[in-house]
Amino acid sequence: MSWGLYVHVPFCLGKCAYCDFVSYPFVQAEAGRYLWALRREMELCPATGELPLTAPDTVFIGGGTPTIMPGKCLADLIRDLAARFRWPESAEVTIEANPGTIDRLKLAGLRTAGVNRLSIGMQAAYPQTLATLGRRHTYADVIESVQAARDTGFTNLNLDLIFGVPGQTLDEWRATIALACSLEPEHIAAYSLEIPEGTRLFQLVERSELEPCPEETELEMYQLLRQNLARHGYRQYEISNFARPGHKCWHNLRYWHNGNYLGLGPAAHSHFNGHRWSNHSEIERYVTALDAGEFPLAEDEQLDRRTQMAETMFMGLRLKWGVNLLAFRERFGVNASELYSGEIDRLLRLGLIEIADDHLRLTEVGLPVANIVFAEFL
Amino acid sequence: MQMSREQSRIRNFCIIAHIDHGKSTLADRLLEHTGALSAREMQEQVLDSMDLERERGITIKLRAVRIIHKAADGQEYQLNLIDTPGHVDFSYEVSRSLAACEGALLVVDASQGIEAQTLANVYLALDHNLEIIPVINKIDLPSANPDEACAELEDVIGLDGSTAIRASAKTGEGIDAILNRIVSDVPAPTGDLEAPLRALIFDSHYDAYRGVIAYIRVMEGSLREGQRIRMMAGSKEFEVAELGIFRPAPTAVQELKAGEVGFVASAIKNVKDCRVGDTITDARRSATTPLPGYRKAKPMVYCGLFPVEPGDFDRLREALDKLSLNDASLIWEPETSVALGFGFRCGFLGLLHMEIVQERLEREYGLELVTTAPSVLYRVTKLDGEIEEIQNPSQMPGAGLIEKMEEPFVKANIMMPKDFVGPVMELCQDRRGNFINMEYISTQRVLITYEMPLSEIIFDFFDRLKSSTRGYASLDYEVVGYRQADLVRLDILVANEAMDALSLIVHKDRAFHRGKAIVERLRGLIPRHMFEIPIQAAIGQRIIARESIKALRKNVLAKCYGGDISRKRKLLEKQKEGKRRMKQVGDVEIPQEAFMSVLSIGDEK
Repeated sequence: MSWGLYVHVPFCLGKCAYCDFVSYPFVQAEAGRYLWALRREMELCPATGELPLTAPDTVFIGGGTPTIMPGKCLADLIRDLAARFRWPESAEVTIEANPGTIDRLKLAGLRTAGVNRLSIGMQAAYPQTLATLGRRHTYADVIESVQAARDTGFTNLNLDLIFGVPGQTLDEWRATIALACSLEPEHIAAYSLEIPEGTRLFQLVERSELEPCPEETELEMYQLLRQNLARHGYRQYEISNFARPGHKCWHNLRYWHNGNYLGLGPAAHSHFNGHRWSNHSEIERYVTALDAGEFPLAEDEQLDRRTQMAETMFMGLRLKWGVNLLAFRERFGVNASELYSGEIDRLLRLGLIEIADDHLRLTEVGLPVANIVFAEFL
Repeated sequence: MQMSREQSRIRNFCIIAHIDHGKSTLADRLLEHTGALSAREMQEQVLDSMDLERERGITIKLRAVRIIHKAADGQEYQLNLIDTPGHVDFSYEVSRSLAACEGALLVVDASQGIEAQTLANVYLALDHNLEIIPVINKIDLPSANPDEACAELEDVIGLDGSTAIRASAKTGEGIDAILNRIVSDVPAPTGDLEAPLRALIFDSHYDAYRGVIAYIRVMEGSLREGQRIRMMAGSKEFEVAELGIFRPAPTAVQELKAGEVGFVASAIKNVKDCRVGDTITDARRSATTPLPGYRKAKPMVYCGLFPVEPGDFDRLREALDKLSLNDASLIWEPETSVALGFGFRCGFLGLLHMEIVQERLEREYGLELVTTAPSVLYRVTKLDGEIEEIQNPSQMPGAGLIEKMEEPFVKANIMMPKDFVGPVMELCQDRRGNFINMEYISTQRVLITYEMPLSEIIFDFFDRLKSSTRGYASLDYEVVGYRQADLVRLDILVANEAMDALSLIVHKDRAFHRGKAIVERLRGLIPRHMFEIPIQAAIGQRIIARESIKALRKNVLAKCYGGDISRKRKLLEKQKEGKRRMKQVGDVEIPQEAFMSVLSIGDEK
């Protein structure tokens, strides 16, 4: 059985204005306790009973900002993970990094430890937009990071971008895409900004100090993104993800296929065959549980078939080619087109989806309003 | 005629006051002072027993409490305090409870002075020949100005201000004086003990175990347990199962005699068989004429009530059934709407009555309701001479069939500090009011009287009045009859379909303005759909206002952090739930608040 390993590093330089995740400023002592607990969790986790005997074939170290940790700590951690889970050399091993937290030395260490994919949080290029987002780096830092990654042998780079930021214009976004492409990453992920409650941006919008980006502009930005990335040779394979041939992110594909993965670290989520669970998100609780020899379980949910099927539908629909209906039938023993016949009819009539080559997928019309389609299957 | 010695020691009185002038607190204090309640039992404002009453600070159901007071002459007197509702919607109930008394305490807030409802209630009391004892309350407040309040009593009502008792229900000051004045000034009841029974029902309420409990004042004769009685207007007969008085806990008695106040239970299943204002007499030895003043309260305001969940229709019907047991003036009948499905058209005494019923349905019965904008009862004379009463815009006949239309008018008394006369008159003119009179009630305050359509009063008038006078105005009104008016039905079309639940009857001159306001409001309330949605206001075939809701452009979930798919699913479920709670009309989903939106539209030009 194929599965992926996710490791969550909850530390950041500081909080971004749009982030509503549990993250902590990096403090050496805290990080030490975290690393200790994470190693305990690695030892404990077979006790979940779900962990297959096979090795994971994708690994993703995400955050937070994993690269805020000292290079040696990180490299040691990855080596320990590899020793514990014994993934093959062919596995995709990604780490998330923010510009300004990586240098050649750190990156070389990561390469040696087995990391072969680097995802860089560029987000924006222009100072005012970076400031609105509360990012703590410049475009120059991004250039340096990419250069350092290339120099140390990384051949699979992703740049993360955000559009629809208050104040961001269509022209600025066009230029941002061009600046991202000029760095020749193998992969680009571009998300439209969400402003969750409880974030700094949310407050500013509430107080009318910031004007949220109008829906029409956001849509124009999205279409511009798709056209311009296509021109630069990036193929869209998911709502927000674009890759040069042969460089799709296998770890993320696993999520969209509603596959299996084990999450380690605070707030990490796991899924094996309809069983979902997550870890405590506060570091303190996470460490305390493991200190007591307990699994740091926060939520534990056995999904019924109906929910598993719904999740498979709405996650799969994010993919450009859609949900593989044959695979769906093999997995659940029913035909999605019969099970959801009413919903599918309605969506077909509205022109939001299409069925072709045994795949159910969003149309050009459905793509920008995918939530409407997703919600139908719940 | 025979009068007993006991009768000479009975005093029946009520308290009349403008809302918030301290009626309930004063009642509490009187009860406490006479030992009807021990301090331990004392719960604030015991007479307002329903939660809702307490929260809103108004009295919906009247109660009658017997208290014993040892007066200055050393004798013990039986004082019956009859509580009255303080709001215009219930003015008929007020008049019935006044008819059960010989005297009234007129409570005036020492810092507020006389207000519109004070005046309305005083005139009612004078109509019933009640002895009025003025009480200037809240003299403990720093802002109190009892001299000014007394002067208003003299100038406006013509009462001798020097006889007013200055009191504070809060501190207890003046309570003794009030009790002594009730004994000395309020006449003892008269009424022949040997005459055939005549008892006035001044309130009734439904009890799940004992059936309807009627609150009565025996005017003549007497009432005993086991007696066979007849309702003179309702004409049904019952047997007295239980007689009692409130002190304030219900206490059984063997007999209630002329002059006394109490309650009677006779296994009556429905309050409609025991209506306020009716006369109870002996079935075997009947009185020849009923007590004067009985009339069936007629609902003046109507609205549609629809369950949010279509499956709750039966529960709503049961809840209305139960509420009607206790509320003879609530009427309802099934109604269907294209937009809202199956529900009920309900009639109420007024806006407050409507709000109370809605709130009780939601609170006590856990129902979620969609309410349509309220309508008054219109009278349509058709070309063929037939006269129709219309309480739902959808019933209005085509313009070609109508000879004339009439709508209920009210006489509205509004009191306010003189600085606000301008804005208030402007508001009244704007609401099609006809100026009747203006009078200075003191150097600072003015009473103005307008006649205006009831439909304008129920359309956000009170809120507007309060906001244009910084809360200082008080309002009282009574329906004075029907007046002809140039009325049209305004239809609202969403995606080219008429939304029956949004139609309303308006004056022709105001149709354009209101239509425009409503479509603008709806544009903000209906969410974007996959297609553009035109919203129009129309009179007949003519479109008078138009807006449109642009098509939805973008709605996608962003990044999926570390495989947290449950979170995604929950977000989508929430979105779906929001959608489910909307009303689907054709292809358009309309949020519930849209149906009430026509009410809360600002009226500015």
